[in-house]
Amino acid sequence: MTVPAIGTGVAGAAPVLEIEDLSITYRSTGGDVDAVRNIDLSLARGEVVGLAGESGSGKSTLALGAIRLLRPPAVITSGRVTYRGRRVGGAGLEVLDRAPRELRALRWREIAIVFQSAMNALNPVLRVDDQLGDVIDAHMPLPRDARQERLEELLDLVGIPRERLRSYPHELSGGMRQRVMIAMALAVDPEIVIMDEPTTALDVVVQREILEQIAALRRRLGFAMLFITHDLSLLLEIADRIMIMYAGQLIELGNAEDIRVRAAHPYTHGLLGSFPSVHGPRRTLAGIAGSPPDMRSLPPGCPFAPRCSFATDSCAQVDMRPRVVPGSHGHLTACPFVTADVLAGPGAVQTCGEAGA
Amino acid sequence: MRIVSDTRGPVLEARALSKEYRLSRGRHGLRLGAARDVSLSLRPGVIVALVGESGSGKTTVARILAGQERPTSGQVLLDGVEVRPAQREAFRTYKRSVQMVFQDPFSSLNPVHTVRYHLERPVQIHGRASGRAAVAAAASELLEDVHLTPPEHFLAKFPHELSGGQRQRVAIARALAARPRVLLADEPVSMLDVSIRLGVLDLIDQLRSRFDLAVLYITHDIASARYFAEETLVMYAGEIVERGPSEEVTQKPAHPYTQLLVSAAPDPDRLGRQLGARPELSRAPAVGRSGSSLSTAVGCRFSPRCPLADDRCRTQSPPLATIDRQRAAACWRLDVAAPQLLNTPPPERGKPIAI
Repeated sequence: MTVPAIGTGVAGAAPVLEIEDLSITYRSTGGDVDAVRNIDLSLARGEVVGLAGESGSGKSTLALGAIRLLRPPAVITSGRVTYRGRRVGGAGLEVLDRAPRELRALRWREIAIVFQSAMNALNPVLRVDDQLGDVIDAHMPLPRDARQERLEELLDLVGIPRERLRSYPHELSGGMRQRVMIAMALAVDPEIVIMDEPTTALDVVVQREILEQIAALRRRLGFAMLFITHDLSLLLEIADRIMIMYAGQLIELGNAEDIRVRAAHPYTHGLLGSFPSVHGPRRTLAGIAGSPPDMRSLPPGCPFAPRCSFATDSCAQVDMRPRVVPGSHGHLTACPFVTADVLAGPGAVQTCGEAGA
Repeated sequence: MRIVSDTRGPVLEARALSKEYRLSRGRHGLRLGAARDVSLSLRPGVIVALVGESGSGKTTVARILAGQERPTSGQVLLDGVEVRPAQREAFRTYKRSVQMVFQDPFSSLNPVHTVRYHLERPVQIHGRASGRAAVAAAASELLEDVHLTPPEHFLAKFPHELSGGQRQRVAIARALAARPRVLLADEPVSMLDVSIRLGVLDLIDQLRSRFDLAVLYITHDIASARYFAEETLVMYAGEIVERGPSEEVTQKPAHPYTQLLVSAAPDPDRLGRQLGARPELSRAPAVGRSGSSLSTAVGCRFSPRCPLADDRCRTQSPPLATIDRQRAAACWRLDVAAPQLLNTPPPERGKPIAI
């Protein structure tokens, strides 16, 4: 199956965001926690990149760090982030070198975010139009009539009736609040939208409607998307490329087909075998043994080794720098020992059900 | 696939349970029917899934079954005998026999107590063991039952020192402490990381077969119901709209709501950017669609969202009627919604189901 190249969003187009060697540490008295370790990631114009990982794997920290929305005790310890949107010059903007005032011009106008919990992200005492209007006033002031028109347009865009502009958040359902958040992110036509678990708190049916809507909007408006979720099955449907993170590190990166059909890392393989699907024939679910890592005391080498059924002594010394899977097109894996063929072969089933210590 | 188990009678049975919450004062005040005419039976060694979206009333049903909430009408029977809170001794036996595991392992354990305390208290209260050494041994044994080994490693820990999956295992061990015959698991894995969900579900399945537990698995994830439950009940706006063997309900859904649920579930085989390809789906109106559980609602509660709804659907509430020996659905328009299921009509089709 080939990935349809629709719109401008094809891997290989000019990158709008380039993250190089980004490392982020949370400092605390109990010891530093390296939440993101030496991550490289680029996002092409109009592309959808999915970031998958368990809670604490560093996926949100990576995205928020890249636009400098983290506060101490989070510290960016290394890396470069270059933004090359259509509204900035050819050389691009070094996000990490900008002063706070300059960052304000970048945020929302160029890179907007849809946060996970719309219940908390909207101000409960302000009406929808006041909150949407604030975004317009701050980033793209418009005369009164044009502003009102833009507000109505935005609600149309996400399929909420215009009369809801005067509603308070508590008068809207969870799905509608999440749609308002999406409208807010799109208010000033950004180049990149970061979606931080936008549908996690919603029911399956509402989740599906919102995803369909996000996908249709992306086709129409052509923004690039960094889509963060713990739900790999959802990413397989929506993303061009998927990056799997574990304990702050890149575990695997590839297009949806690489990940689904040719997963090269045991963790990815385990994740794929962890969720039951209502579609297709019944599969044997293998799952992943053990528990997520304690970020304060990671083992040396590969952090997944304690849960990996292929682990050997050499995993403690392994160099975690991602390497290209031979014969692939930009498919990266952090595991030098295991290949997709081994994972697909017999005897590769991991056992689960034992609690890790 | 699990073999449809023996013919033993149900341990726990709910007959026509309804629960109304009064929203405004007065005899004719507005009421919310959180559960309406819900009947189900749980048999030893069988997992039954109760699937529905938030607000569909699945937790209300679990709370009634756990004895935490009184139904407005209907009966709960343990071993065929009706349970009433007024019969104190019998009600205590009931509460011991029916234990619950909650969704959120972060708030269902007391943060100021150790794992040891969480397990030894129910062991003492429910008389599983007495005497210091015996109680301590019982607590260790419970931890081993849920694969938290070695037990000494976990007994002295506080909830915050455990991961989400380990906490949920402690919550399951606590439920087992009373030697229950029925386990009500209310979204036991939805707060856990994907990689450990399967382990916890497998554990519940192991315990089911080992202790011959009757399990009610409450979930919003119909895919997990397919894999872990023999029978699936689908709830919508307080009513059971479809029931049957899980594989059949998920692979050949009859009720339009079940069909919607199944089609909305992520499909790992639809790869890369296939979303949004049908723009008409994404333009669906966002209001006036949630099913109403209010006392003022008439007709089928799914009719405002149902593409097949006609005048009868909007005025008369469809009964849960049998489709075949094992399946039932509450829909007036099954002939359009699932014609293939009605090809060989058994004689009893159309008769309201008696449980």
